[in-house]
Amino acid sequence: MAKKEYSFYPGCSSQQGASSSNMQKSVETMCEELDVKINQIPDWNCCAASIGYGGGGELPRLTLSARNIALSEQHNTGQDIVATCAACWLATREAAERFHEDDGLMAETNQALAEAGLKLRNETPIRHMVEVLIEDIGYETIGGKVQRPLEGLKIAGYVGCQTNRPFGIAGESFENPMYLDKLVETLGADPVQNYDKKVQCCGGALAFSEPEKSQDMIKTIIESAYDSSADLIVTPCPVCQMNVEIYQDQINQRHNTKFKMPVVYYSQLMDVAFGRSAKDSALDQQVIKAGKLEEIANK
Amino acid sequence: MTELNTAMVEQYRNSFLQEVEANVEEGEWVKMCMQCGVCAGSCPLGNAWEHPPQEIFMMIRAGKREAVLSSDSMWMCTSCYNCIARCPRGLPITHIMHGLAHYAQRLGLVPKNQPTQKFAQKFWQNLNKKGRVNELKLGLSLYFMNGFGEGVKTSLKMKDIGLGMLKTKRMAVNEAFGGHGVKDLSGFQKIMKKAHELEDARIQKSGN
Ligand code: SF4
Ligand code: SF4
Repeated sequence: MAKKEYSFYPGCSSQQGASSSNMQKSVETMCEELDVKINQIPDWNCCAASIGYGGGGELPRLTLSARNIALSEQHNTGQDIVATCAACWLATREAAERFHEDDGLMAETNQALAEAGLKLRNETPIRHMVEVLIEDIGYETIGGKVQRPLEGLKIAGYVGCQTNRPFGIAGESFENPMYLDKLVETLGADPVQNYDKKVQCCGGALAFSEPEKSQDMIKTIIESAYDSSADLIVTPCPVCQMNVEIYQDQINQRHNTKFKMPVVYYSQLMDVAFGRSAKDSALDQQVIKAGKLEEIANK
Repeated sequence: MTELNTAMVEQYRNSFLQEVEANVEEGEWVKMCMQCGVCAGSCPLGNAWEHPPQEIFMMIRAGKREAVLSSDSMWMCTSCYNCIARCPRGLPITHIMHGLAHYAQRLGLVPKNQPTQKFAQKFWQNLNKKGRVNELKLGLSLYFMNGFGEGVKTSLKMKDIGLGMLKTKRMAVNEAFGGHGVKDLSGFQKIMKKAHELEDARIQKSGN
Protein backbone atom coordinates (compact mmCIF):
# COMPACT_ATOMS: atom_id res chain seq x y z
CA MET A 1 0.00 0.00 0.00
CA ALA A 2 1.44 3.31 -1.02
CA LYS A 3 2.01 5.67 1.83
CA LYS A 4 -0.79 8.21 2.17
CA GLU A 5 0.08 11.73 3.26
CA TYR A 6 -2.11 14.37 4.84
CA SER A 7 -1.72 17.84 6.25
CA PHE A 8 -2.59 17.34 9.88
CA TYR A 9 -4.38 19.78 12.16
CA PRO A 10 -4.16 18.38 15.72
CA GLY A 11 -5.76 21.25 17.65
CA CYS A 12 -5.05 22.60 21.13
CA SER A 13 -6.37 19.75 23.23
CA SER A 14 -4.15 17.23 21.41
CA GLN A 15 -0.95 18.89 22.55
CA GLN A 16 1.34 17.28 25.08
CA GLY A 17 -0.10 17.57 28.57
CA ALA A 18 -3.54 18.53 27.27
CA SER A 19 -6.90 16.83 27.71
CA SER A 20 -6.88 14.72 24.57
CA SER A 21 -3.16 13.99 24.34
CA ASN A 22 -4.31 10.37 24.70
CA MET A 23 -6.18 10.65 21.42
CA GLN A 24 -3.12 12.11 19.74
CA LYS A 25 -0.90 9.29 20.98
CA SER A 26 -3.31 6.59 19.85
CA VAL A 27 -3.85 8.26 16.47
CA GLU A 28 -0.10 8.35 15.89
CA THR A 29 0.09 4.62 16.61
CA MET A 30 -2.89 3.96 14.34
CA CYS A 31 -1.31 5.93 11.48
CA GLU A 32 1.94 3.99 11.82
CA GLU A 33 0.01 0.76 11.46
CA LEU A 34 -1.98 2.01 8.47
CA ASP A 35 1.05 3.51 6.75
CA VAL A 36 -0.45 6.98 6.87
CA LYS A 37 1.86 9.96 7.20
CA ILE A 38 0.47 12.99 9.00
CA ASN A 39 2.38 16.23 8.51
CA GLN A 40 1.46 18.83 11.09
CA ILE A 41 0.51 22.22 9.71
CA PRO A 42 3.52 24.29 10.76
CA ASP A 43 2.69 26.83 13.47
CA TRP A 44 -1.07 26.12 13.42
CA ASN A 45 -3.29 28.10 15.79
CA CYS A 46 -6.52 27.50 17.71
CA CYS A 47 -9.75 27.35 15.67
CA ALA A 48 -11.91 28.97 18.43
CA ALA A 49 -13.99 25.77 18.52
CA SER A 50 -17.70 26.48 18.94
CA ILE A 51 -17.32 28.72 21.92
CA GLY A 52 -15.10 31.59 20.73
CA TYR A 53 -18.11 33.57 19.57
CA GLY A 54 -18.48 35.67 22.74
CA GLY A 55 -15.50 37.89 22.03
CA GLY A 56 -14.81 36.82 18.48
CA GLY A 57 -17.14 38.02 15.77
CA GLU A 58 -17.49 36.23 12.48
CA LEU A 59 -14.46 37.61 10.68
CA PRO A 60 -11.90 37.26 13.49
CA ARG A 61 -13.14 33.74 14.19
CA LEU A 62 -13.08 32.61 10.58
CA THR A 63 -9.70 34.24 10.12
CA LEU A 64 -8.22 31.87 12.68
CA SER A 65 -9.09 29.00 10.36
CA ALA A 66 -7.99 31.00 7.33
CA ARG A 67 -4.50 31.26 8.80
CA ASN A 68 -4.35 27.49 9.32
CA ILE A 69 -5.56 26.71 5.82
CA ALA A 70 -3.18 29.27 4.32
CA LEU A 71 -0.22 27.79 6.23
CA SER A 72 -1.22 24.33 5.06
CA GLU A 73 -1.51 25.45 1.46
CA GLN A 74 1.90 27.07 1.66
CA HIS A 75 3.82 24.31 3.45
CA ASN A 76 1.86 21.11 2.85
CA THR A 77 0.82 22.00 -0.67
CA GLY A 78 -1.62 19.66 -2.35
CA GLN A 79 -2.36 17.63 0.78
CA ASP A 80 -5.88 17.40 2.20
CA ILE A 81 -6.19 18.86 5.67
CA VAL A 82 -7.18 16.20 8.19
CA ALA A 83 -8.35 16.87 11.74
CA THR A 84 -9.05 14.41 14.54
CA CYS A 85 -10.94 16.82 16.77
CA ALA A 86 -14.58 17.21 15.81
CA ALA A 87 -14.66 20.90 16.71
CA CYS A 88 -11.43 21.63 14.81
CA TRP A 89 -12.71 19.85 11.73
CA LEU A 90 -16.06 21.57 11.90
CA ALA A 91 -14.69 25.07 12.47
CA THR A 92 -12.12 24.73 9.69
CA ARG A 93 -14.50 23.24 7.15
CA GLU A 94 -17.19 25.75 8.00
CA ALA A 95 -14.73 28.59 7.51
CA ALA A 96 -13.68 27.21 4.13
CA GLU A 97 -17.32 27.01 3.04
CA ARG A 98 -18.13 30.54 4.24
CA PHE A 99 -15.17 31.89 2.27
CA HIS A 100 -16.38 30.03 -0.81
CA GLU A 101 -19.84 31.53 -0.64
CA ASP A 102 -18.97 35.06 0.50
CA ASP A 103 -16.44 36.98 -1.60
CA GLY A 104 -16.53 39.93 0.79
CA LEU A 105 -15.41 37.79 3.74
CA MET A 106 -12.78 36.14 1.58
CA ALA A 107 -11.35 39.53 0.59
CA GLU A 108 -11.36 40.75 4.18
CA THR A 109 -9.69 37.67 5.57
CA ASN A 110 -6.97 37.92 2.95
CA GLN A 111 -6.49 41.55 3.89
CA ALA A 112 -5.94 40.44 7.49
CA LEU A 113 -3.66 37.53 6.51
CA ALA A 114 -1.53 39.89 4.41
CA GLU A 115 -0.42 41.53 7.67
CA ALA A 116 1.77 38.46 8.17
CA GLY A 117 2.50 37.79 4.51
CA LEU A 118 -0.02 34.95 4.16
CA LYS A 119 -2.61 34.27 1.48
CA LEU A 120 -5.64 32.00 1.50
CA ARG A 121 -6.34 30.22 -1.77
CA ASN A 122 -9.02 28.07 -0.17
CA GLU A 123 -8.58 25.14 -2.51
CA THR A 124 -7.98 22.50 0.12
CA PRO A 125 -10.46 19.81 1.17
CA ILE A 126 -10.95 19.78 4.95
CA ARG A 127 -11.51 16.24 6.20
CA HIS A 128 -12.01 14.24 9.35
CA MET A 129 -9.75 11.32 10.21
CA VAL A 130 -12.81 9.06 10.17
CA GLU A 131 -13.37 10.00 6.52
CA VAL A 132 -9.80 9.00 5.78
CA LEU A 133 -10.38 5.65 7.47
CA ILE A 134 -13.64 4.90 5.72
CA GLU A 135 -13.12 6.47 2.30
CA ASP A 136 -9.38 6.26 1.68
CA ILE A 137 -8.48 3.11 3.58
CA GLY A 138 -11.70 1.16 3.94
CA TYR A 139 -13.12 -1.43 6.35
CA GLU A 140 -11.57 -4.27 4.44
CA THR A 141 -8.00 -3.04 4.75
CA ILE A 142 -8.62 -2.19 8.39
CA GLY A 143 -10.04 -5.65 9.01
CA GLY A 144 -7.04 -7.19 7.30
CA LYS A 145 -4.74 -5.53 9.83
CA VAL A 146 -6.48 -7.02 12.85
CA GLN A 147 -4.20 -9.37 14.74
CA ARG A 148 -6.05 -9.51 18.03
CA PRO A 149 -9.80 -9.43 17.43
CA LEU A 150 -11.58 -7.69 20.29
CA GLU A 151 -13.65 -10.76 20.99
CA GLY A 152 -16.12 -10.69 23.82
CA LEU A 153 -16.17 -6.91 24.14
CA LYS A 154 -19.54 -5.21 23.94
CA ILE A 155 -19.12 -1.64 22.82
CA ALA A 156 -21.53 1.29 22.68
CA GLY A 157 -20.67 3.49 19.70
CA TYR A 158 -21.17 7.09 20.82
CA VAL A 159 -20.85 9.31 17.76
CA GLY A 160 -21.90 12.55 19.47
CA CYS A 161 -22.73 15.81 17.71
CA GLN A 162 -20.02 17.47 15.73
CA THR A 163 -18.45 14.49 13.98
CA ASN A 164 -21.95 13.85 12.79
CA ARG A 165 -23.62 17.19 12.13
CA PRO A 166 -23.83 19.26 10.03
CA PHE A 167 -21.35 17.54 7.70
CA GLY A 168 -21.17 13.99 8.94
CA ILE A 169 -19.69 11.13 7.00
CA ALA A 170 -20.90 10.71 3.41
CA GLY A 171 -23.74 8.22 3.05
CA GLU A 172 -24.50 8.12 6.80
CA SER A 173 -27.69 9.42 8.38
CA PHE A 174 -27.55 12.24 10.92
CA GLU A 175 -29.97 10.58 13.28
CA ASN A 176 -28.65 7.02 13.15
CA PRO A 177 -25.12 6.84 11.77
CA MET A 178 -23.78 3.29 11.58
CA TYR A 179 -20.07 3.68 10.77
CA LEU A 180 -18.81 3.42 14.33
CA ASP A 181 -20.73 0.18 14.83
CA LYS A 182 -19.32 -1.13 11.54
CA LEU A 183 -15.83 -0.25 12.68
CA VAL A 184 -16.37 -1.98 16.03
CA GLU A 185 -17.54 -5.07 14.15
CA THR A 186 -14.56 -4.91 11.82
CA LEU A 187 -12.29 -5.08 14.86
CA GLY A 188 -14.01 -8.24 16.10
CA ALA A 189 -16.02 -6.70 18.93
CA ASP A 190 -19.75 -6.69 19.45
CA PRO A 191 -21.45 -3.32 18.81
CA VAL A 192 -24.44 -2.46 20.96
CA GLN A 193 -27.46 -2.63 18.66
CA ASN A 194 -29.73 0.37 18.79
CA TYR A 195 -27.72 2.44 21.23
CA ASP A 196 -30.32 5.16 21.55
CA LYS A 197 -27.94 7.83 22.89
CA LYS A 198 -25.44 7.55 20.04
CA VAL A 199 -26.01 11.13 18.87
CA GLN A 200 -27.09 12.68 22.17
CA CYS A 201 -25.33 15.97 22.99
CA CYS A 202 -22.95 15.87 26.00
CA GLY A 203 -23.15 19.63 26.55
CA GLY A 204 -19.94 20.37 24.68
CA ALA A 205 -18.27 23.48 26.08
CA LEU A 206 -21.28 24.08 28.30
CA ALA A 207 -20.06 21.21 30.50
CA PHE A 208 -17.86 23.96 32.00
CA SER A 209 -20.36 26.78 32.21
CA GLU A 210 -23.56 24.82 32.86
CA PRO A 211 -22.19 21.73 34.60
CA GLU A 212 -25.38 20.39 36.13
CA LYS A 213 -27.46 20.74 32.99
CA SER A 214 -24.71 19.05 30.97
CA GLN A 215 -24.15 16.27 33.47
CA ASP A 216 -27.84 15.42 33.34
CA MET A 217 -27.37 14.71 29.63
CA ILE A 218 -24.11 12.85 30.17
CA LYS A 219 -25.91 10.67 32.71
CA THR A 220 -28.33 9.44 30.03
CA ILE A 221 -25.45 8.57 27.68
CA ILE A 222 -23.83 6.37 30.31
CA GLU A 223 -27.07 4.91 31.62
CA SER A 224 -28.10 3.75 28.19
CA ALA A 225 -24.72 2.06 27.70
CA TYR A 226 -25.17 0.19 30.99
CA ASP A 227 -28.73 -0.73 30.03
CA SER A 228 -27.42 -2.53 26.96
CA SER A 229 -24.67 -4.19 29.05
CA ALA A 230 -21.83 -2.45 27.26
CA ASP A 231 -18.31 -2.97 28.59
CA LEU A 232 -17.21 0.41 27.32
CA ILE A 233 -18.14 3.40 25.21
CA VAL A 234 -16.19 4.35 22.10
CA THR A 235 -16.25 7.80 20.50
CA PRO A 236 -14.43 9.76 17.80
CA CYS A 237 -14.76 13.11 19.60
CA PRO A 238 -12.35 14.54 22.22
CA VAL A 239 -15.02 16.72 23.81
CA CYS A 240 -17.38 13.74 24.12
CA GLN A 241 -14.60 11.53 25.45
CA MET A 242 -13.62 13.96 28.16
CA ASN A 243 -17.12 15.00 29.17
CA VAL A 244 -18.44 11.45 29.38
CA GLU A 245 -15.39 10.07 31.16
CA ILE A 246 -14.31 12.58 33.77
CA TYR A 247 -17.54 13.71 35.41
CA GLN A 248 -18.76 10.24 36.39
CA ASP A 249 -17.74 10.70 40.04
CA GLN A 250 -19.64 13.97 40.28
CA ILE A 251 -22.67 12.38 38.67
CA ASN A 252 -22.43 9.48 41.09
CA GLN A 253 -22.40 11.90 44.01
CA ARG A 254 -25.37 13.87 42.80
CA HIS A 255 -27.50 10.98 41.63
CA ASN A 256 -26.40 8.14 43.82
CA THR A 257 -25.33 6.11 40.81
CA LYS A 258 -22.33 3.81 40.58
CA PHE A 259 -21.01 4.69 37.14
CA LYS A 260 -17.57 3.52 36.18
CA MET A 261 -17.90 3.23 32.45
CA PRO A 262 -14.67 3.46 30.42
CA VAL A 263 -14.78 5.80 27.40
CA VAL A 264 -12.15 5.29 24.70
CA TYR A 265 -11.35 6.54 21.21
CA TYR A 266 -11.85 4.48 18.05
CA SER A 267 -8.10 4.80 17.50
CA GLN A 268 -7.41 3.07 20.82
CA LEU A 269 -9.60 0.13 19.82
CA MET A 270 -7.78 -0.10 16.51
CA ASP A 271 -4.33 0.03 18.10
CA VAL A 272 -5.14 -2.83 20.45
CA ALA A 273 -6.74 -4.88 17.67
CA PHE A 274 -3.71 -4.23 15.47
CA GLY A 275 -1.56 -5.84 18.16
CA ARG A 276 -0.06 -2.78 19.81
CA SER A 277 0.63 -2.41 23.52
CA ALA A 278 -1.59 -0.70 26.10
CA LYS A 279 0.94 2.12 26.27
CA ASP A 280 1.07 2.68 22.49
CA SER A 281 -2.72 2.73 22.60
CA ALA A 282 -2.61 5.39 25.36
CA LEU A 283 -4.69 3.17 27.65
CA ASP A 284 -2.50 4.36 30.52
CA GLN A 285 -4.09 7.76 30.06
CA GLN A 286 -7.60 6.63 30.92
CA VAL A 287 -9.07 8.30 33.99
CA ILE A 288 -11.44 5.32 34.16
CA LYS A 289 -9.40 2.27 33.24
CA ALA A 290 -10.61 0.26 30.28
CA GLY A 291 -9.93 -3.04 32.07
CA LYS A 292 -11.17 -5.55 29.52
CA LEU A 293 -9.48 -3.76 26.63
CA GLU A 294 -6.24 -3.63 28.59
CA GLU A 295 -6.48 -7.36 29.20
CA ILE A 296 -6.58 -7.95 25.47
CA ALA A 297 -3.70 -5.53 24.96
CA ASN A 298 -1.60 -7.38 27.54
CA LYS A 299 -2.27 -10.81 26.09
CA MET B 1 -20.66 49.84 23.98
CA THR B 2 -23.91 51.52 24.95
CA GLU B 3 -23.11 54.29 22.47
CA LEU B 4 -23.19 51.78 19.66
CA ASN B 5 -26.43 50.45 21.06
CA THR B 6 -28.01 53.92 20.97
CA ALA B 7 -26.75 54.44 17.42
CA MET B 8 -28.28 51.14 16.33
CA VAL B 9 -31.62 51.92 17.98
CA GLU B 10 -31.66 55.23 16.08
CA GLN B 11 -30.59 53.74 12.81
CA TYR B 12 -32.97 50.80 12.76
CA ARG B 13 -35.90 52.42 14.52
CA ASN B 14 -38.39 50.87 12.15
CA SER B 15 -37.03 47.41 11.73
CA PHE B 16 -35.21 45.16 14.12
CA LEU B 17 -35.23 42.53 11.37
CA GLN B 18 -33.13 44.85 9.20
CA GLU B 19 -30.77 45.49 12.09
CA VAL B 20 -30.28 41.74 12.50
CA GLU B 21 -29.83 41.26 8.76
CA ALA B 22 -27.16 43.94 8.64
CA ASN B 23 -25.24 43.16 11.81
CA VAL B 24 -25.71 39.58 12.96
CA GLU B 25 -23.78 36.66 11.53
CA GLU B 26 -26.00 34.97 8.91
CA GLY B 27 -28.83 37.29 10.02
CA GLU B 28 -30.10 37.59 6.46
CA TRP B 29 -31.52 34.08 6.87
CA VAL B 30 -33.97 34.99 9.65
CA LYS B 31 -36.79 35.96 7.30
CA MET B 32 -36.66 32.50 5.71
CA CYS B 33 -37.98 30.84 8.88
CA MET B 34 -41.43 29.35 8.30
CA GLN B 35 -42.16 28.76 11.99
CA CYS B 36 -42.48 24.99 11.72
CA GLY B 37 -41.01 24.49 15.20
CA VAL B 38 -38.61 21.69 14.35
CA CYS B 39 -35.63 23.58 15.79
CA ALA B 40 -37.48 24.38 18.98
CA GLY B 41 -37.78 20.67 19.69
CA SER B 42 -34.14 20.03 18.89
CA CYS B 43 -32.12 21.93 21.48
CA PRO B 44 -30.63 19.53 24.04
CA LEU B 45 -31.07 22.09 26.82
CA GLY B 46 -34.58 22.79 25.58
CA ASN B 47 -36.23 23.57 28.89
CA ALA B 48 -33.47 26.06 29.75
CA TRP B 49 -34.34 28.19 26.73
CA GLU B 50 -36.85 30.87 27.67
CA HIS B 51 -37.24 31.53 23.95
CA PRO B 52 -36.31 28.63 21.65
CA PRO B 53 -34.82 29.51 18.24
CA GLN B 54 -38.18 29.44 16.45
CA GLU B 55 -39.58 31.94 18.94
CA ILE B 56 -36.50 34.15 18.70
CA PHE B 57 -36.98 34.36 14.93
CA MET B 58 -40.61 35.31 15.44
CA MET B 59 -39.66 37.93 18.03
CA ILE B 60 -37.11 39.44 15.67
CA ARG B 61 -39.79 39.93 13.05
CA ALA B 62 -42.11 41.37 15.68
CA GLY B 63 -39.46 43.94 16.60
CA LYS B 64 -38.90 42.73 20.16
CA ARG B 65 -35.35 44.03 20.20
CA GLU B 66 -34.79 44.39 23.93
CA ALA B 67 -36.31 41.00 24.78
CA VAL B 68 -34.22 39.21 22.17
CA LEU B 69 -30.84 40.83 22.73
CA SER B 70 -30.95 40.75 26.52
CA SER B 71 -32.18 37.16 26.52
CA ASP B 72 -30.32 34.34 28.21
CA SER B 73 -31.54 31.90 25.57
CA MET B 74 -28.89 32.08 22.83
CA TRP B 75 -26.28 31.35 25.48
CA MET B 76 -27.93 27.95 26.06
CA CYS B 77 -26.85 26.77 22.61
CA THR B 78 -24.52 23.76 22.92
CA SER B 79 -23.58 23.89 19.22
CA CYS B 80 -25.03 20.43 18.73
CA TYR B 81 -26.16 21.23 15.15
CA ASN B 82 -29.37 19.23 15.49
CA CYS B 83 -31.28 22.23 14.22
CA ILE B 84 -29.14 22.76 11.12
CA ALA B 85 -29.40 19.10 10.22
CA ARG B 86 -33.19 19.22 10.52
CA CYS B 87 -34.44 22.67 9.49
CA PRO B 88 -36.49 22.21 6.30
CA ARG B 89 -35.54 25.71 5.15
CA GLY B 90 -31.82 25.21 5.69
CA LEU B 91 -31.35 28.06 8.14
CA PRO B 92 -27.88 28.11 9.73
CA ILE B 93 -29.56 28.35 13.14
CA THR B 94 -26.49 27.57 15.25
CA HIS B 95 -24.58 30.43 13.65
CA ILE B 96 -27.46 32.83 14.04
CA MET B 97 -27.62 31.96 17.76
CA HIS B 98 -23.88 32.55 18.10
CA GLY B 99 -24.21 35.72 16.05
CA LEU B 100 -27.02 37.07 18.22
CA ALA B 101 -25.03 36.25 21.36
CA HIS B 102 -21.98 38.04 19.98
CA TYR B 103 -23.99 41.06 18.87
CA ALA B 104 -25.67 41.32 22.28
CA GLN B 105 -22.23 41.28 23.89
CA ARG B 106 -20.97 43.93 21.49
CA LEU B 107 -23.86 46.19 22.47
CA GLY B 108 -23.44 45.46 26.18
CA LEU B 109 -26.86 43.84 26.55
CA VAL B 110 -25.92 40.43 27.98
CA PRO B 111 -27.62 39.58 31.30
CA LYS B 112 -25.23 39.88 34.25
CA ASN B 113 -23.21 36.81 35.25
CA GLN B 114 -24.26 34.70 32.30
CA PRO B 115 -21.86 31.76 32.80
CA THR B 116 -21.51 30.71 29.16
CA GLN B 117 -20.92 34.31 28.10
CA LYS B 118 -18.12 34.54 30.66
CA PHE B 119 -16.61 31.24 29.59
CA ALA B 120 -16.83 32.14 25.90
CA GLN B 121 -15.12 35.46 26.57
CA LYS B 122 -12.36 33.84 28.62
CA PHE B 123 -11.82 31.20 25.96
CA TRP B 124 -11.43 33.91 23.32
CA GLN B 125 -8.97 35.92 25.43
CA ASN B 126 -7.02 32.82 26.34
CA LEU B 127 -6.55 31.67 22.75
CA ASN B 128 -5.62 35.12 21.50
CA LYS B 129 -2.85 35.53 24.05
CA LYS B 130 -0.63 32.83 22.54
CA GLY B 131 -2.54 31.61 19.51
CA ARG B 132 -3.44 28.35 21.22
CA VAL B 133 -5.64 27.53 24.17
CA ASN B 134 -3.96 26.98 27.50
CA GLU B 135 -6.38 24.55 29.13
CA LEU B 136 -4.90 24.88 32.60
CA LYS B 137 -5.14 28.67 32.74
CA LEU B 138 -8.55 28.58 31.10
CA GLY B 139 -9.80 26.10 33.69
CA LEU B 140 -8.42 28.10 36.59
CA SER B 141 -9.73 31.43 35.31
CA LEU B 142 -13.10 29.76 34.91
CA TYR B 143 -13.22 28.48 38.47
CA PHE B 144 -12.33 31.94 39.74
CA MET B 145 -14.65 33.87 37.45
CA ASN B 146 -17.12 34.56 40.23
CA GLY B 147 -14.55 35.86 42.68
CA PHE B 148 -11.89 34.36 44.90
CA GLY B 149 -14.03 32.75 47.60
CA GLU B 150 -16.22 30.90 45.19
CA GLY B 151 -13.17 30.06 43.09
CA VAL B 152 -11.58 28.20 45.98
CA LYS B 153 -14.82 26.31 46.52
CA THR B 154 -15.11 25.37 42.87
CA SER B 155 -11.46 24.36 42.72
CA LEU B 156 -11.95 22.06 45.67
CA LYS B 157 -15.02 20.57 44.07
CA MET B 158 -13.04 20.01 40.89
CA LYS B 159 -9.91 18.82 42.67
CA ASP B 160 -10.42 15.12 42.03
CA ILE B 161 -11.06 15.69 38.35
CA GLY B 162 -7.91 17.80 38.12
CA LEU B 163 -5.86 15.14 39.88
CA GLY B 164 -7.21 12.48 37.53
CA MET B 165 -6.18 14.55 34.54
CA LEU B 166 -2.74 15.28 36.04
CA LYS B 167 -2.06 11.63 36.84
CA THR B 168 -2.94 10.55 33.31
CA LYS B 169 -0.79 13.36 31.83
CA ARG B 170 -3.81 15.04 30.30
CA MET B 171 -3.09 18.19 32.25
CA ALA B 172 0.33 19.70 32.84
CA VAL B 173 1.31 21.99 35.68
CA ASN B 174 4.04 23.65 33.64
CA GLU B 175 1.33 25.07 31.39
CA ALA B 176 0.91 27.66 34.17
CA PHE B 177 4.28 29.10 33.15
CA GLY B 178 4.28 29.95 29.49
CA GLY B 179 2.99 26.81 27.87
CA HIS B 180 2.06 26.05 24.27
CA GLY B 181 1.67 28.79 21.70
CA VAL B 182 2.31 29.74 18.07
CA LYS B 183 5.87 30.68 17.15
CA ASP B 184 4.97 33.64 14.98
CA LEU B 185 3.00 35.33 17.73
CA SER B 186 3.47 38.85 16.40
CA GLY B 187 2.27 37.82 12.94
CA PHE B 188 -0.69 36.04 14.49
CA GLN B 189 -1.63 39.07 16.56
CA LYS B 190 -1.30 41.45 13.61
CA ILE B 191 -3.69 39.28 11.61
CA MET B 192 -6.23 39.18 14.43
CA LYS B 193 -5.98 42.92 15.05
CA LYS B 194 -6.69 43.62 11.41
CA ALA B 195 -9.62 41.20 11.34
CA HIS B 196 -11.15 42.94 14.36
CA GLU B 197 -10.60 46.37 12.82
CA LEU B 198 -12.27 45.40 9.58
CA GLU B 199 -15.29 43.93 11.34
CA ASP B 200 -15.63 46.78 13.83
CA ALA B 201 -15.50 49.30 10.99
CA ARG B 202 -18.22 47.44 9.12
CA ILE B 203 -20.52 47.50 12.15
CA GLN B 204 -19.77 51.12 13.03
CA LYS B 205 -20.68 52.11 9.51
CA SER B 206 -23.94 50.26 9.72
CA GLY B 207 -24.87 52.29 12.82
CA ASN B 208 -24.25 55.65 11.13
S1 SF4 C 1 -36.67 24.52 11.88
FE1 SF4 C 1 -36.12 26.18 10.48
S2 SF4 C 1 -38.04 26.82 9.52
FE2 SF4 C 1 -38.59 25.54 11.30
S3 SF4 C 1 -38.92 27.03 12.96
FE3 SF4 C 1 -36.78 26.41 13.09
S4 SF4 C 1 -35.65 27.91 11.83
FE4 SF4 C 1 -37.82 28.10 11.34
S1 SF4 D 1 -27.06 23.98 17.78
FE1 SF4 D 1 -27.87 25.32 19.35
S2 SF4 D 1 -29.75 26.14 18.51
FE2 SF4 D 1 -29.23 24.32 17.30
S3 SF4 D 1 -30.32 22.62 18.24
FE3 SF4 D 1 -28.29 22.67 19.14
S4 SF4 D 1 -28.53 23.94 20.99
FE4 SF4 D 1 -30.33 24.32 19.69
